[in-house]
Amino acid sequence: MPRPAPASLAQAEIGDSLHVQSVSAPGHAPEWERWLEEIGFLPGEPVSVMARVPGGDPLVVRIGTSTFALRRAEAECVLVERQTQALAA
Amino acid sequence: MSAESVIHVHPGGRLIALVGNPNCGKTALFNRLTGSNQKVANYAGVTVERKEGRFKSAAGKTLRLLDLPGTYSLHPRSPDERVTCDVLAGRARGEKRPDLVVCVLDATNLRRNLRLVLAVKRMGLPCVVALNMADVAARRGLKVDAAELSKALGVPVVSTVATQGTGVEELKALFDDAGAWTLGGPADAPPPADPHADGDHAVVRRLLQGLGLDVHLPHLPSDRVDRVLLHPVAGPLILLVVLFLLFQAVFSWAQPPMDAIKAGVDWLGTAISGVLPEGFVRSLLVDGVLAGTGSVLVFLPQILILFFFILMLEESGYLPRAAFLLDRIMGSVGLSGRSFIPLLSSFACAIPGIMATRSIANPRDRLVTILIAPLMTCSARLPVYALLIGAFIPQRRVFGGLELQGLVLLGLYLAGILGAMGVAWVLKRFTSSGAQVRPLMMELPIYHWPSLRSVAIGLYQRAEIFLRRVGGVILFLTLALWLLSSFPGAPAGATGAPIEYSIAGMLGRGLQHVLAPIGFNWQISLALVPGMAAREVAVSSLGTVYSLSGGEDAAQALMPVIAHTWSLPTALSLLAWYVFAPQCISTLAAIKRETGGYKMPAIVLGYLFALAYLASFLTFRISTWVLG
Repeated sequence: MPRPAPASLAQAEIGDSLHVQSVSAPGHAPEWERWLEEIGFLPGEPVSVMARVPGGDPLVVRIGTSTFALRRAEAECVLVERQTQALAA
Repeated sequence: MSAESVIHVHPGGRLIALVGNPNCGKTALFNRLTGSNQKVANYAGVTVERKEGRFKSAAGKTLRLLDLPGTYSLHPRSPDERVTCDVLAGRARGEKRPDLVVCVLDATNLRRNLRLVLAVKRMGLPCVVALNMADVAARRGLKVDAAELSKALGVPVVSTVATQGTGVEELKALFDDAGAWTLGGPADAPPPADPHADGDHAVVRRLLQGLGLDVHLPHLPSDRVDRVLLHPVAGPLILLVVLFLLFQAVFSWAQPPMDAIKAGVDWLGTAISGVLPEGFVRSLLVDGVLAGTGSVLVFLPQILILFFFILMLEESGYLPRAAFLLDRIMGSVGLSGRSFIPLLSSFACAIPGIMATRSIANPRDRLVTILIAPLMTCSARLPVYALLIGAFIPQRRVFGGLELQGLVLLGLYLAGILGAMGVAWVLKRFTSSGAQVRPLMMELPIYHWPSLRSVAIGLYQRAEIFLRRVGGVILFLTLALWLLSSFPGAPAGATGAPIEYSIAGMLGRGLQHVLAPIGFNWQISLALVPGMAAREVAVSSLGTVYSLSGGEDAAQALMPVIAHTWSLPTALSLLAWYVFAPQCISTLAAIKRETGGYKMPAIVLGYLFALAYLASFLTFRISTWVLG
């Protein structure tokens, strides 16, 4: 039985293979949406958490083939889902 | 604005611009193409580093090459990225629009890198693709067919390995092909006017699927290294060890070359003194020009060693990881991990530290980093600390074997760091911009062995920039202070040292009224005036005031004198003063340059003097009370 997918990347466990569902920026920083998209956070892209510092902020994230350090607040903008057939199509 | 920041002349030769994502090996390719034939300056009106070089195409045509700041897209989010967009659009002030763009791609990350190619093509500029890091991609089992990619993109594609020079000749040959300089044919599915990343993303995905490259292959060796270096416990410990070794190297390796420079400057001074008769010209040359430039030049070895390590760490890919590990601590006082590198540099000298703040995208973070950089204990404070600790702190062991003098020195370093964190915290707490969550979004590139060639070129450029400062602003300012300390000369029959009768002497006497409450006598007050040129100048000034022979023996001869005439609270108060006081005109000049106005240097001057006065006052009063 697969565990239920976390809502956002900020809640994901280290090493859990996920996919980007969508990106939604908070009201005070609408530009984050475009910025996150530009560095590769696009729907369907494979994503996982690689490491966290004690306390959980910031965290290291693998998006596609690149690695980024994100603040918790930034990771919360990335909504994730578990792998579906959508990608195979 | 200084002359070097304005470039309006368009020398001959067609202009090629290098464009690419950060960490795609763009600068390595730039270094390969131009060798040492580069010029580093600033773009007009902004403090973004502009790197231009010249090289010859395979057929011998002279070409100009511009290394534009790395960017993920053409929607700028930092001053650096804005420059790239402006230059490509032909909007940059004093900058010619490039005749050709070389898009450098990281072959291991085509998905993200190709989107930039599409955006550049939309700008309507002739475009050539350098498919870089082809070797790393191949080792991961990713075979990219350059010819197929070229057909799909509609532009010429050359496979390169910039760190080894592979493909560079092929690229040079391509610049002789007239076809490369004209707009390519329509690409496979040219995107419509919709500039949103979504549209490009779909195009790139189709393109990669067509080439059979729509796969994700992570870099496993890098991941294994990261499991140790980013480990919650081991990671911070390793970072501490790295920093400790770095400081060891800066302070122990730099000593012999620093002694050599000091000896060289002294020898030159003696030689000039032997040739010229005593008088105005000799004093100007020896006490003004030589002493001024010498006192700054002496820090070059430390700066070079520090930058050697910083460049090695940067090339290897560790530096952003260090910034990641420190982000939380820095975040607690309202800064981000990115401020770590400039602050680290400031331990050698605040000037390169302030220049290094250019890499901080957020204007507020950059400003706060500049404001607190002078609080890091730079090496110019060491001669002053050494003199006072040597004269007043007894050589004995406390707490089971710890050297008391060493502990005091460590305490002074910590006082500076805590002071800086306190100032940053106050700015976070009491400014509206301080409460905002600022983005981090920092790429951690894969690890690779540093290229010694790139490190050497980077080091050479640091040295050149630093020496240009010594030649310009710093020389001018030290000369001005020399004038203040030399005129008017001592009247006939004067009993004191000549400096007592100069303008600096009068200023010192006046200052004494202000500084008496913190325990400074008139000799200290007077020495602080020429000490504005650079902190350690105060030591030789004290030597002059106490009518000592001066020169390199001043500190040795001074120690017994001040040990007998000053009280311990006075000495402690002066130590506290030097932790905070902005006794360095060159730093203020660097801040003025980097912030483009007098407001910030004035604020730094004001708040640091206020902090210094407060710290000295408390130190003096409390220690007087405790020691009875």
